[in-house]
Amino acid sequence: MDFGLLAFSIFSTIAILGSIMVILKKSPVAAAFSLVLVFFAFAGLYALMGAHLVAALQILVYTGAIMVLFVFVIMLLSQDEPVNDLKESSGLFKGVSVLGILGLMGLLIRAVLTARGMVPTGTLTDEKIVSMGGNVRLISEGIFTDHVFHFELTSFLLLGAVVSTVALAKRKAVSGGSKA
Amino acid sequence: MITLEPWMMLVVSMIIFCIGLLGVILRKNLLIMLMCVELMLNGVNLSFVAFSKMHQILDGHLTVLFVMTVAAAESAVGLGLVIALFRNLRTVDSDQIQMLRD
Repeated sequence: MDFGLLAFSIFSTIAILGSIMVILKKSPVAAAFSLVLVFFAFAGLYALMGAHLVAALQILVYTGAIMVLFVFVIMLLSQDEPVNDLKESSGLFKGVSVLGILGLMGLLIRAVLTARGMVPTGTLTDEKIVSMGGNVRLISEGIFTDHVFHFELTSFLLLGAVVSTVALAKRKAVSGGSKA
Repeated sequence: MITLEPWMMLVVSMIIFCIGLLGVILRKNLLIMLMCVELMLNGVNLSFVAFSKMHQILDGHLTVLFVMTVAAAESAVGLGLVIALFRNLRTVDSDQIQMLRD
């Protein structure tokens, strides 16, 4: 067994088990920490495929920024008492959704497996990426030449997110709203 | 001798996507539903990188960067909405939010 396959099986097992824990854990903090585990395993999978920039950004953005936000909100709302909300929905609903998702999963995997013998359309093999200055250099050049319009659109998206978050945070609580 | 190939990554990404979708359908806690949306976005990111590797081009990596930006903005706004809802209704249970039904 070569190193790549061994590392792949370890990381993918951690990712799948961790994501099952996310949807089964009753306490939100436990789910958040399982999600951190999944994100680290994903960073390992990206690094295995030679996507070093994406692996670094996965750890910086997801585990560094997004998960801190989640844990902070859980702390702010003090929502750590475990609630068994999986028990509330009916058994028929749960069975039908699990079966439907399993069918969707089979369909997606079947579709993906047809792509196995595909002839590559590009020419950027690993050796060529190294000889052209590496992954990070090629991606940065791509952002500021071919995809510069999308890059500018992203700044508008972030501006909109900032404005809407500030507008949400400034609003006073609705007086007379149901305080159930 | 089996070696690591991109289609294995694609299978893992599809499994993670479906687990995230199942979580969004089954759970009632809004915070955990948002976490499952992040899980789905991560599965799609993994498939972008695997397809990029399979086709030997780098455009998939660029798309992942943009998806990450959208995910960060989405979780910031989504968590802001959850806090606003909690301030008004004192709950994060999606079944308790039924002001339009009454």
